[in-house]
Amino acid sequence: MNHNIYIYILVAGLVSFIIRALPTTIFRKPIKNKFIKSFLYYVPFVTLAVMTFPAIIEATQSKLAGVLALICGTIAAWFNQSLFRVAVICCVVVFVVELVLV
Amino acid sequence: MKDKEIAFSKNIFVEGLRDGFPIGLGYFAVSFSLGIFAKKVGANVVQGIVNSFLNHASAGEYAVYSLIGAGASYIEMAIMTLVVNARYLLMSTALSQKIHPKTPFIHRLLIGFHVTDELFAISIKRPGYVNPFYCYGAFLIAVLGWCLGTAAGIVAGGVLPIRVVSAFSVALYGMFLACIMPTARKNRVVAFAIIVCFVMSYLASVLPGISQISSGTRTIILTVVIASVLAVLFPHDENVQEE
Repeated sequence: MNHNIYIYILVAGLVSFIIRALPTTIFRKPIKNKFIKSFLYYVPFVTLAVMTFPAIIEATQSKLAGVLALICGTIAAWFNQSLFRVAVICCVVVFVVELVLV
Repeated sequence: MKDKEIAFSKNIFVEGLRDGFPIGLGYFAVSFSLGIFAKKVGANVVQGIVNSFLNHASAGEYAVYSLIGAGASYIEMAIMTLVVNARYLLMSTALSQKIHPKTPFIHRLLIGFHVTDELFAISIKRPGYVNPFYCYGAFLIAVLGWCLGTAAGIVAGGVLPIRVVSAFSVALYGMFLACIMPTARKNRVVAFAIIVCFVMSYLASVLPGISQISSGTRTIILTVVIASVLAVLFPHDENVQEE
């Protein structure tokens, strides 16, 4: 099972190029189907949420640091802090907590 | 000369560069964290830069590296990219309404290619038709941030102390939270959906059977199932604005 990293990247690059460019070139009509529209509306929230948890508590050395980063990041994002700030807050929380615990 | 909406204009290109600059800075920070992850699964600097240029999507690239780490099949990679980046289908569709009808095919292709969550947000806000060169200016500076950040992360990932790497590794999740929580605050269905996702995703990672499936495939299954159920139970009507 030895795969080439470049082929992985090309496969992903090709698929994301098709997704991005099809609607601006060939399928230029707005999507009408209610189910598809709703499905596509929910997909980003669902997929990002699924990828965030529990991965965030597995990425850090201490699980507690990950949990606290999740809570602080959620609060910061809830109050509309910028992408950059939320990312920095999560990093700082993990760094401080692990400084104490690990 | 052709219509003003599609013609090259240095001013419009520079406007794109200017608006893209803060986005590029944010991308640098996040792709740095992505680079650390890339290093962990064995990607080198060139691979990181190629991936960031071609995919330029946080969740999409994250998915690429996690599948590389898992030794997934190429088919899995294609399906995963389709699911994780499906939102761009919506964004490009919306953006296509802002492209001047006389715009040549090559520019349509490139405007599609330039789409990311943040670049879409600034391009769609342009008054009237969007000039392709505005998109290119913004894309150029933003993707530079992506590529440099990824490269720096891959280099630093092998040098920085583990404590620092551990802290940087959550930047990406912070970015994900920043993408979803502001809408959750305005839309109760989305807020509820996020909690359901956290619980289901956790259960899927511990329950016997499903936890044996690779994490990439689990993400695909959970996304398709949860988003389908939500679409049936709570059809989204964009005319009713979230208040």
